[in-house]
Amino acid sequence: MTIIREDAQDSAQVPMRRITISVNGARTVAEVEPRLLLSHLIRRGLGLTGTHMGCDTTNCGACTVLVDGKPVKSCTMLAVQADGHEITTVEGMATASELHPLQEGFKQEHGLQCGFCTPGMMLAAKALLDRNPDPTEEEVRWALSGNLCRCTGYQNIVKSVLWAADKLRGES
Amino acid sequence: MYPSRFRYEAPRSLDEAIVLLHDGGDDAKVLAGGQSLVPLMKLRFASPELVVDINNLPGLDYHRRDPDGTIRVGALCRHVDLEHSELLKASQPTMAAVAPLVADPIVRNRGTLVGSLCHADPQGDWASVMLALGGSVVAQGPGGTRTIPVADFVTGPFENVLEPDEIAVEAFVPPPRGTPAGGYLKLERRVGDFATVGVAVAVETSGHTVTRAGIALTGVGGSTIGVTAAAEALVGEPLTAQQIELAAQLAAEAAQPRTDHRGSAEYKRHMVRTFVTRLLGRIDETAESAVA
Repeated sequence: MTIIREDAQDSAQVPMRRITISVNGARTVAEVEPRLLLSHLIRRGLGLTGTHMGCDTTNCGACTVLVDGKPVKSCTMLAVQADGHEITTVEGMATASELHPLQEGFKQEHGLQCGFCTPGMMLAAKALLDRNPDPTEEEVRWALSGNLCRCTGYQNIVKSVLWAADKLRGES
Repeated sequence: MYPSRFRYEAPRSLDEAIVLLHDGGDDAKVLAGGQSLVPLMKLRFASPELVVDINNLPGLDYHRRDPDGTIRVGALCRHVDLEHSELLKASQPTMAAVAPLVADPIVRNRGTLVGSLCHADPQGDWASVMLALGGSVVAQGPGGTRTIPVADFVTGPFENVLEPDEIAVEAFVPPPRGTPAGGYLKLERRVGDFATVGVAVAVETSGHTVTRAGIALTGVGGSTIGVTAAAEALVGEPLTAQQIELAAQLAAEAAQPRTDHRGSAEYKRHMVRTFVTRLLGRIDETAESAVA
């Protein structure tokens, strides 16, 4: 169980709520204050720091996680709202021995420089490929248009996703 | 950033939600997609004491077309559902055009049309579209339901006519009085930015004659602007080049743009004229190619 209190001072008065979520396939029970954001539960409560906090204002998409398979900006959802839902973070992509084809694609095609936007990019891309295994370049750009990258100019990110799509379809 | 402290309730029925809101009074807020409310709470522009999360209410995630042609959108229908809707692509071109342009793809997975109307941001895209289409909001409170035209629903920036214990459960567009045509064009600096200029055009035609028209503007005034003068000028006439020019002129005159970091007032007014001409011109071409 994870216990998170944002303000220990008068925590006795804070109504905590118990939620049960699946995080990368593992059932997790947490006691959370209603105002706790999902991003903070993931990073501080669960220690999964692969989910990055960028703008904190619903713009950049660095904090993107999958909720029931759909990309969501975790800084703009309350942790308590995740009760009963499945969360996938970047830590849930690779297995112990193998990178996810998207991770391999970002490596092969130099899809990252500083890497800050990368987890959000890969999860948004994963949701696209789950829905559409053979996207056009235009569809990739469209699907990633809610995720900002300040380094790459996006070209190599798009190439990385297309590389992964080929790999997942068994064509590379 | 954290929201200030609040009590959170996630009722399982609409009646329960309304009771919670009734008891919560002015300090209660309804949470649906949360893509505007949560950022506002984080910035402390909104600090409700009670948040009533309606995401667990059953049966509100629909959008459908009634046999008479009314299009209904439930309070939990997400932008993404409307973006991928074959129903809208086939029957409501203005709604189909705006759905992929709202915010960004990730926000569209959570945000809702009804929530966007309630939030009443002057930069909101859906408000212009629903205004152009003559749409309404259905509100449910302790005394039952009432229907409020979108034109009367918003009273100012971020203000609507809902009572504290009412929930907007649906938005609808009345049956068309002809073949629906139109679209939405949005000028934005990048995906996810607010509209520099947005224009919604909804026209219904029978033969060559316009039977109903609506034009509304986003981002060029203190609130969404419905250009009734332009719409009235179009009705009862064929959609000729002269008529299109007149409507574009009236729309440009109705705009109240302000110079800011997104562009000069003059530029924005020019873009209103351009977008109206472009959107109406497309309908004209469609009509002519249908005849040919």
